[in-house]
Amino acid sequence: MAYVEEKIIDLVDVCKSYDDTPAVKNLTLYIRKGEFVTLLGPSGCGKTTLLRMIAGFESPTSGHIYIEGEEITSKPPYRRPVNTVFQKYALFPHLNVFNNVAFGLKLKKVEAGEKDGKKIYRKLTKAEIAEKVNRALKMVDLEDYGYRNVNSLSGGQQQRIAIARALVCEPKVLLLDEPLGALDLKMRKEMQIELKRMHRELGITFIYVTHDQEEALTMSDTVVVINDGHIQQIGTPKKVYDEPANAFVANFIGESNILSGTMIKDYLVRFLGVNVPCLDKGFNKNEQVDLVIRPEDISISKEGEGQFKGRVTSSVFKGTYYEMNVLSGDYEFTVQNTSEFYVGEEVVLKIVPDSIHIMRKMRTINSFEGEIEDENTVYFCGGSFEFLNPDEKFEKGDTVIVKIPFDAVEITDDEDDGVIGATITQALYKCSYYQAQVFTDEGEDFYVDTPYEWGIGDRVGIKIDPAKIAVEKAEDSESEGESANEEG
Amino acid sequence: MKDKKILSLIIRWLILIVVLVAIYLPIALIILYSFSEVRDLGGEYGSFSFGLYAKLFQNKELMTATMNTLAIGLISAFLATILGSVSAIGIHYMTKMRKIVDTASQITVVNAEIVTAMGFYLLFIFLRDVLKISFDLGLGWLIIAHTVITTPYVILSVSPRLKQLNPNLLEASMDLGATPFRSLITVMFPQLLGSMISGFALAFTLSLDDFVVTSINGGKTYTISTFVYNHIRRSGVLPEVRALSTIIFLFVLIAMIIVNVIKNKNLKKEK
Repeated sequence: MAYVEEKIIDLVDVCKSYDDTPAVKNLTLYIRKGEFVTLLGPSGCGKTTLLRMIAGFESPTSGHIYIEGEEITSKPPYRRPVNTVFQKYALFPHLNVFNNVAFGLKLKKVEAGEKDGKKIYRKLTKAEIAEKVNRALKMVDLEDYGYRNVNSLSGGQQQRIAIARALVCEPKVLLLDEPLGALDLKMRKEMQIELKRMHRELGITFIYVTHDQEEALTMSDTVVVINDGHIQQIGTPKKVYDEPANAFVANFIGESNILSGTMIKDYLVRFLGVNVPCLDKGFNKNEQVDLVIRPEDISISKEGEGQFKGRVTSSVFKGTYYEMNVLSGDYEFTVQNTSEFYVGEEVVLKIVPDSIHIMRKMRTINSFEGEIEDENTVYFCGGSFEFLNPDEKFEKGDTVIVKIPFDAVEITDDEDDGVIGATITQALYKCSYYQAQVFTDEGEDFYVDTPYEWGIGDRVGIKIDPAKIAVEKAEDSESEGESANEEG
Repeated sequence: MKDKKILSLIIRWLILIVVLVAIYLPIALIILYSFSEVRDLGGEYGSFSFGLYAKLFQNKELMTATMNTLAIGLISAFLATILGSVSAIGIHYMTKMRKIVDTASQITVVNAEIVTAMGFYLLFIFLRDVLKISFDLGLGWLIIAHTVITTPYVILSVSPRLKQLNPNLLEASMDLGATPFRSLITVMFPQLLGSMISGFALAFTLSLDDFVVTSINGGKTYTISTFVYNHIRRSGVLPEVRALSTIIFLFVLIAMIIVNVIKNKNLKKEK
């Protein structure tokens, strides 16, 4: 790597809420000098908010931001050594190209020696400004465009001007907020290469925000995957792709088959009823895990070796390869291969140990703290649920821990059919069912195995099978906090 | 078929002519009689002369009223433009309460003028008799009143332009090292200049036209409209007013032509 191991930006426990809606939650992250870092995540995940807090357009609700060790949390944007490239360029329409680029330089003050022990500053001269502007325009290949009206330029050219305008100020960090989002595909590819070249030549730290995983993987030194205001994983593009930290990252980055399995022992995982050797160890015996297999890592053949037999259900030509769905038992594998297998054909799938990546389950059971309301009702998550209480060992008012397996939760179309209301926040396809994450109105997360596909943001009701609710007496009834989620 | 077409054409032209005549006949009459020295239109037209124009500039009362009108109009329009533009920017960047403030700033636009006029008069009494701040109705008070009345119109004229602007423009300026005030002057105002000029023109015209507020709050200060009205009540229409009206009309006409020529030039430039 070209960069030296020195922190330039340090975010410590940063939170940001808008009217009580959290956008960034307790985020801690540092960025090394000279790095090309990409903040990657779906829209609304908090990545742009994070960038705007570094730029100074938003101030964190709590937490601290440092640049080169100096706290800048409450400094206004015009006093920060960073510059921003906006998605919609935000060029000044009343100025020509030259004056747009010169805007920051005209305000800049440089050291001009010392006088009486105090540093004195001066403005840049016209000649200095002209030289710097022309150099910046040359860097973005628009040297003869100085006197052009910015409105007469194409989108790509305008974005180059915006980049030149930010870089000419020689910031310590360049912030790029989905800068290529408004460009067409071809222009975007060209600009990706250009930006990479500029990063190499200038050695400035780049922080790049995008929702395009391909862009993130091709351009960055480090990818920070963000979802729901939390960092999901930090790593090199290769690491994030090959060894996703959890099912969300695996699903968001690239095509993947995500399955639930059980670790039989080190180097052996059981899924879809088959024991398959793998390269992972260090899990508990019979621990429930998620595993990810990339579609290009599955070998497909008509007859021969393989662990899974299946039938091709669809086949789509994708330019250089075919993407096929293969139904094996209950699970539909996505497979990519250069040779085509036709719909209806019986095939054999082979998965080698190297292609399986095992991830710890984010949670294996829903666990909440509740209170006994009646002989067989317990109150938690803002609703009263029935449960079986054969031994009648609880009394009214007892504080208890309620455990509900994923498949005991039923989500209902009509919010009013459920005991409590909730919103779907995530849905992952897992074999014959979907694993959905629902967020209750009381602010708790439920994990649910459901046979139906739900849309993110759908309003639903939650019902629970009374026979499957396990209620235990809380060991420490003084314990604070409304929920105790068991993290796998 | 052909007959029907011709008939519809004739009707369309007829309507157009009737409308145009209705609009311009009164003005044409004024211009025509501004070159006659006859006192009442019933009399003989006499010979073509610039006599009324000469008299106009000798009529001290009328000249004072004209100067008052111009002073009130220009000063209040200038103040309203500054206040209105800054308010529009403030409202535009508000996050909470924006809708409420926006609506609140526009209510006086649709409010009946007599309410505003009485309000100012009562405010004057309140200041003088309750708070014991002693001053007279007149030029200063009228400038304040007209500024307050016309500011919402400037907001109305500037706001749509703000909505068209790139949402990151101010942020981009501050990002490059400009303080908020400097960003306002060097980045925001150039974008808003056109709509600010329209706002100024609107405010000036409204001030010029105003009668109700001015007559109640003017005290012994007269503008053209209140002076003419008072003169009519006392002794009929003053002949010089015909000359003054002609000058005002020509002034507005020329201003209109200039504005349109500039607009067309800018349009061609953008293409």
